Amino acid sequence: MKINYCDALVIGGGLAGLRAAVAAQKKGLNSIVLSLVPVKRSHSAAAQGGMQASLGNSKMSDGDNEDLHFADTVKGSDWGCDQEVARMFVHTAPKAIRELASWGVPWSRVKAGTREAVINAKKTTITEDEDRHGLITSRDFGGTKKWRTCYTADATGHTMLFGVANEALKHNVDIRDRKEALSLIHENGRCYGAIVRDLITGELEAYVAIGTCIATGGYGRVFKQTTNAVICEGTGAAIALETGVATLSNMEAVQFHPTPIVPSGILLTEGCRGDGGILRDVDGHRFMPDYEPEKKELASRDVVSRRMIEHIRNGKGVPSPYGYHVWLDISILGREHIERNLRDVQEICQIFNGIDPADEGKKGWAPVLPMQHYSMGGIRTKPTGESTRLAGLFACGEAACWDMHGFNRLGGNSVSETVVAGMIIGNYFADYCLANDVTIPTSTVQKFLDEQDAYLNEILAYNGSEDIFKIKNRMKELMDEKVGIFRDGPNLEAAVEELKELLVKTKQINVKSKERAGNPELEEAYRVPRMLKVALCVAKGARDRTESRGAHYREDYLKRDDANWLNRTLCTWPNKDDLEPTIEYAPLDIMKMEMPPAFRGYGAKGMIIEHPESEVRQAQVDEITEKMQAEGKDRHEIQDALMPFNLPMNYKERNERAGDK
Amino acid sequence: MSIEKGRDITISVLKFNPRSKVSKPHFVDYHLEETPGMTLFIALTKIREEMDPDLSFDFVCRAGICGSCGMVVNGKPALACRTLIANYPTGKIQLMPMPAFELIKDLSVNTGKWMDAMSKRVQSWIVDNGGEEVNIAKMEQRVDPEVANETFELDRCIECGICVASCGTKLMRPDFVGPVGLNRVARFEVDPHDKRTAEDFYELIGDDDGIFGCMSLMACEDHCPKHLPLQNKIAYLRRKLVALR
Repeated sequence: MKINYCDALVIGGGLAGLRAAVAAQKKGLNSIVLSLVPVKRSHSAAAQGGMQASLGNSKMSDGDNEDLHFADTVKGSDWGCDQEVARMFVHTAPKAIRELASWGVPWSRVKAGTREAVINAKKTTITEDEDRHGLITSRDFGGTKKWRTCYTADATGHTMLFGVANEALKHNVDIRDRKEALSLIHENGRCYGAIVRDLITGELEAYVAIGTCIATGGYGRVFKQTTNAVICEGTGAAIALETGVATLSNMEAVQFHPTPIVPSGILLTEGCRGDGGILRDVDGHRFMPDYEPEKKELASRDVVSRRMIEHIRNGKGVPSPYGYHVWLDISILGREHIERNLRDVQEICQIFNGIDPADEGKKGWAPVLPMQHYSMGGIRTKPTGESTRLAGLFACGEAACWDMHGFNRLGGNSVSETVVAGMIIGNYFADYCLANDVTIPTSTVQKFLDEQDAYLNEILAYNGSEDIFKIKNRMKELMDEKVGIFRDGPNLEAAVEELKELLVKTKQINVKSKERAGNPELEEAYRVPRMLKVALCVAKGARDRTESRGAHYREDYLKRDDANWLNRTLCTWPNKDDLEPTIEYAPLDIMKMEMPPAFRGYGAKGMIIEHPESEVRQAQVDEITEKMQAEGKDRHEIQDALMPFNLPMNYKERNERAGDK
Repeated sequence: MSIEKGRDITISVLKFNPRSKVSKPHFVDYHLEETPGMTLFIALTKIREEMDPDLSFDFVCRAGICGSCGMVVNGKPALACRTLIANYPTGKIQLMPMPAFELIKDLSVNTGKWMDAMSKRVQSWIVDNGGEEVNIAKMEQRVDPEVANETFELDRCIECGICVASCGTKLMRPDFVGPVGLNRVARFEVDPHDKRTAEDFYELIGDDDGIFGCMSLMACEDHCPKHLPLQNKIAYLRRKLVALR
């Protein structure tokens, strides 16, 4: 048995994992990053639009601060988020972006003078002050009070990923790609590393570590129509679930993005709408103002996605061989703007659809339809990023339910979360590795390795008639059809039952090649059952949650039900042979919230079943705020009195802004 | 886009497993029906799912952003995910793995290993000469928007390896840093956060395995899927560094 020892093991080489590894390495730990693919190929690279951070540099973001970012994030989450975590996040985001700037991310900058912008489909002139010239600028995104999304044209994720990956190389982080974790090594409620398969040689190895951090991204590929890269299969979260100890949380909270292009599902960034692009129907009519007169195309993603489908159901969709869609029109932004700031969008339209979106009129409109985009749920963690049930297991980024997104994530808050969580959780993770040691017998490690070895042999020996690719594709269709944007009891029930049948069928397959290495079908054969377990957590969680909150929308339970459902879903998989997860719930404590539940400000009004404590807590908050304001306390002191939070390093320090008085 | 029956197409793939004692390089032809908007990503996925589950290739983003799927398509290196079948009028496409990289299996090559070494070789990160750690609670360093944009234009490289697979020098000189490495240097040369001088860059790439190895055949720029101005930048660096000696 080959055992690799290290202090800090990070599974997943995207922005979150790499940033966490840098944190560990900088504290003098020996850290290893395992990645399915070369780390610069991670799905983080696909983030186009930008990263939210309340710098408040540009004209349209002047006056922005942590409080506004916090309020937007909590409302965006439909009060499903952990407010303490949201506070930690908004406070660190400006630091994250400034750190990235110093690591060479070439953020687009404020240019003094006047420029034209399209706001609400009208040309508008914006004048930037001389004293802001050269500072990091920002663009508009859905659900935000200020223009807060910082960007590098429409390749933000790419430039961030390269910046962080290169910084990891600089600090000699040991990056090992084409490595796939198959299971976690754990004993007596503590995690000690992972059993890992080398994707080139097929060899199984053990990685034993003081602390293990999962940062493997989301599970979009359990759906058929998704913007996610092909590696986003959720199997990192699945191996945490398979410990039977760690929990996955809020897996039913799945975000659908309004504007992937049809049919490939490649995303056209929210920056398209942020910069002034609009949605049109079969008649060329701009329909969003009819549904959302205030925020229009820039309501939150769950709202815009549902309105698009609603409009298509009202007979206003555009027919195509791939079903109905609507149009995204960015031609109104002008060719120069598109060729400078939305170049990748233009290229995607040209290459995959033969459209130049800068062409004026209908010729340049791109066919779009909402598709799966983001997983708000994931491995349940404390604010420090450590699993609530399995010590020594940390998670960050999309793989985690650190829970700053609740039931709907705002655009620009995910790439932001990757690096911010990488900083915060990375440091708590490193502190854990510094404070603990490894106490695990080699025989235990051997047991976990033997288990995976036997499992691979078992798969190769299956002699059934089912086909693993067909099982996988059926799962994806099923998730789209029955666990999609609009959900209801009977469909969700049917989905759960069929997913269970599919899980049974994964043992009735026949893998044609019996090679242990270089055998893509074998890889599918061990991944698909894990994907099915994730899918079952999503479907069962959605079936049981009889309310609508954020992206989770039940046509048979239209209201957000704070009285009964202001809680987190927790899934475990206690027995290997179970066919579905065990579900429990953990309440969110209103009396500790800085912002008790209320109306979000977009979507339909009067759709909340209120919790009696909301009013009580609001009165408390108002009283404390008024009293402290009268005493001349500043906003930071008031915030601290309402809901204190901690941060590692010097991240608690106040963020300096150009607009500071 | 019509939904009539598509063309019959043939995709011919070089199969070889260097880890197997019995495998020999050979072409396998796969026949399939073209569907509207079919890319090599769609076609190869279909081939693996329905005809040959043993076929190895690499895709990640399938959108031309991550650089995983470089392969030689009818003699030219290209990103397979954004190669449309419709652009090949004969309906016959031959696929081979990219040269200059270690072969993993079939169409899968180890670009990651090469790029990692290249990044370390040219120190592909901000070097600030041991300056003080930046205080990230304070205002960021100002950068002129034009300079930030110029840096971004060179930072757009996705390290797909197509320029390396296209490079005549690289095929003759295995240690050549390649257009991608020279572009990295050009990128940091522009970035005001980086304090390295021309002398420092000379130390890294001032030899025949670096800036003076390029023969200006220009295939790197011809094939670059991100349309980076590789030749201009290489010529600029060469003028700048040759002036030092």
